[in-house]
Amino acid sequence: MSATTIRRRDFLKTGAAVGGGLLISLYLPELTQAGVSAKPSGKLKFIEPATFAPNAFIRIAPDDTVTVIVNKSEMGQGVYTSLPMLIAEELEADWSKIKVESAPVDAAYNHTVFGMQLTGGSTSTASEWQRFRKAGATARIMLIAAAAQNWKVEPQSLRAENGFVIHAASKRRASFGSLADTAATLTPPKDVPLKDPKDFKLIGKSTRRLDTPAKVNGSAQFGLDVQIPGMMTAVVARPPVFGGKVVSLNAEKAKAVAGVKDVLQVPSGVAVIATGFWPAKVGRERLEIKWDDGPGANLSTVGMREQYATLAKNPGLIANKVGDPAKALAGAAKTITAEYEVPYLAHAMMEPLNCVVDLRADRCEIWTGTQMQTVDRMAAAAAAGLKPEQVQIHTTLLGGGFGRRANPASDFIVEAVQVAKAARVPVKVVWTREDDIRGGYYRPMWYDRMVGGVDTAGNPVAWTHTIVGQSILQGTFFEQFGIKDGIDSASVEGAADLLYGIPNLQVDLHTPRIGVPVLWWRSVGHSHNGFAVEAFFDELAHAGGKDPYELRRTLLAKQPRMRAVLELVAQKANWGKPLPAGRGRGIATHFSFDSYVGQVAEVSVDKTGAVRVHRMVCAVDCGQVVNPDSVKAQMEGGIIFGLTAALKDEITLAGGRVQQRNFHDYPMLRINESPEIEVYIVPSTENPTGVGEPGVPPVAPAVANAIFAATGKRVRKLPIRLSD
Amino acid sequence: MITLKVNGKQFQADVDPATPLLWVLRETLGLTGTKYGCGMAQCGACTVHLDGEAIRSCVKRVSDAAGKEITTIEGLSPDLSHPLQKAWIEIDVPQCGYCQSGQLMSAAVLLAENPKPTDTDIDEGMAGNICRCGTYPRIRQAIHRAAEIKSQGGAK
Repeated sequence: MSATTIRRRDFLKTGAAVGGGLLISLYLPELTQAGVSAKPSGKLKFIEPATFAPNAFIRIAPDDTVTVIVNKSEMGQGVYTSLPMLIAEELEADWSKIKVESAPVDAAYNHTVFGMQLTGGSTSTASEWQRFRKAGATARIMLIAAAAQNWKVEPQSLRAENGFVIHAASKRRASFGSLADTAATLTPPKDVPLKDPKDFKLIGKSTRRLDTPAKVNGSAQFGLDVQIPGMMTAVVARPPVFGGKVVSLNAEKAKAVAGVKDVLQVPSGVAVIATGFWPAKVGRERLEIKWDDGPGANLSTVGMREQYATLAKNPGLIANKVGDPAKALAGAAKTITAEYEVPYLAHAMMEPLNCVVDLRADRCEIWTGTQMQTVDRMAAAAAAGLKPEQVQIHTTLLGGGFGRRANPASDFIVEAVQVAKAARVPVKVVWTREDDIRGGYYRPMWYDRMVGGVDTAGNPVAWTHTIVGQSILQGTFFEQFGIKDGIDSASVEGAADLLYGIPNLQVDLHTPRIGVPVLWWRSVGHSHNGFAVEAFFDELAHAGGKDPYELRRTLLAKQPRMRAVLELVAQKANWGKPLPAGRGRGIATHFSFDSYVGQVAEVSVDKTGAVRVHRMVCAVDCGQVVNPDSVKAQMEGGIIFGLTAALKDEITLAGGRVQQRNFHDYPMLRINESPEIEVYIVPSTENPTGVGEPGVPPVAPAVANAIFAATGKRVRKLPIRLSD
Repeated sequence: MITLKVNGKQFQADVDPATPLLWVLRETLGLTGTKYGCGMAQCGACTVHLDGEAIRSCVKRVSDAAGKEITTIEGLSPDLSHPLQKAWIEIDVPQCGYCQSGQLMSAAVLLAENPKPTDTDIDEGMAGNICRCGTYPRIRQAIHRAAEIKSQGGAK
């Protein structure tokens, strides 16, 4: 027995010794056996005597339950099903015996590329495609070895199937659970072969989500649902202007509210501590705070738009240059220029931000829905005055993420630790919807100036794209990976890497510094570049007298995967076939997160200028698909998300104040506005690529191009307001 | 002290009568299946039944719910047997799942009043419930499926 592994008897003794209050991380398996390089955090762990935990991701119990420890946060994208499918496939597990637990914070659970525990960038399947299958295969080989040892036969004479090891010759079968005890004594094999994709039984088959039952009877636990003994609820009054500070505070009236226990100044503002959410919120309304707005009071999106438009008149730092665009434009038969713009956007996850903190002298426990555990733990430790290993984060289900719960500044977690520190009791900090909409960390506002030229045959010969907007990575530790020579890769993604074969190209970037906190928002830079690039491409096609689908097809000659997606979506959407009067079709494609997506929108516009999207057809090539129904769900969801951005929302500032506050003035697409959606998946055996985000970028340009087809009116600004 | 009848059981709650029912359900009674999304009856995440009618519990004073029959998602069925729950599972409607309690509670009233709703009926009946993940196409499909299950007498 190693120092960090405690068997049940010893555990019980230890538990008793500290008064029974010791909550052990039951989910922490033995990591060292499998040769996982990372050391566990050093917390106590125990393993059931007969539990087999060959690596950090699997635990097999005597009752045949196979628990998969998932290191990615479940925020709706289906990782609590698709990642266990990878293990079950190689393990030959009985799918009905699979259970899921969220991983604790530990280096063993780091992203295989980013080197930290993180869910983002549409990379969960890509990150774990090899590792989870190897984890499953390792366990299977060990279970077979255990049966071979028990039965004194050669391992080669055995096979695993549906949760059993089978010796066909003697017709003996042993369940995985019955072999766990023996398997736990064996040394894991070093090199494990993986299945040939043609032998997959589970991967590639639509599989019902494991988390659905809990999500239809109210038992699913999100961060906001966590209750711990002695916990108080806090809401925080934050400055009305970004960067503002408290000048003076009168808390008398707030403290008079029944249930309000305390009012405390914290670095982010003023926290009202109460017995529940309602008294905390009522108490906050009664605070009398004088704020110093600081320089942020001068911010207005109208002013910023002027500044951006001026910047866009001249090229910025070069992100990509091919050929000689200036010369090609000068020699073009026809040139067009267009300016595109998109606003700040809030993520507006249905579950507002929240965080539960139990801070003690020598440890800190946190319950929250986060996408970025490693960073959050370091930030929480710094705020608490503890070492990172003294902080544990329990990742709950996330009521939506879309990037907001992956903040390099860990804002909502650091603040909750600061509140707990000041309050000296366990607290749950709850954000109201207004706090969420006004809380910053928005998708940046962008302004794009595009110039294109075509030759006498109508073929594009030159393309320039000047991008203006804030950097997301600047000032974060991701800067060292994502910013090169002043270019934030997230600002130019989807623009600098244009797939179309245009011989002369320039993409350049201005990065103004503005005091509005910004963050990645589902599809990040692609969310605006997809719009500017694909809508302008449509303009250029029409300028040259070409069909926008045919021109894309021609210019994608060297991009077979995207071309196949384009052809599939056009065919399924009946591209070129007549539509009822008043309707128009628009097409757009976009490559993001290593996936290829094409969409066709079918729209009509009524006399008032209201846009109705009737149908969206989508084709996607995301490599080998693990759970096809999940891929479809993500495309459907990405389309709805993209439609909300295309048709509905903007965050604006005046006098430094955010002008929106809740769903009445920051509306979401509703079911009565939701189009029919069809999704087609291109079969592939390439490595899996992104799914959560790539459905979003083509939506706005497909709709904008469809509006042009229906009305002859160009849309160059989001959200679409045809009455303007 | 306010007496509440929730999912067939009586509870006593010592709270300010102006407190919205939502927070009493969630924090006082521990019924956390009902969700907070906006606090102003815009999103429907907090939908529960009050005497059989779908209401937004985030704007309902708890004192106005006293003595009435309150049903929350936890009381929709004891065992996932409600036709809507069956259909939701069959079609894998939820993504993040946060809004789904409210979606189901709205759908339950829709289905009770209209056993065979059309797409238009569904759009009208469900327009008060926001889903940020965009599960609307599946919600439509699942309500049709639930109507079918119900008509076959597959469940209560």
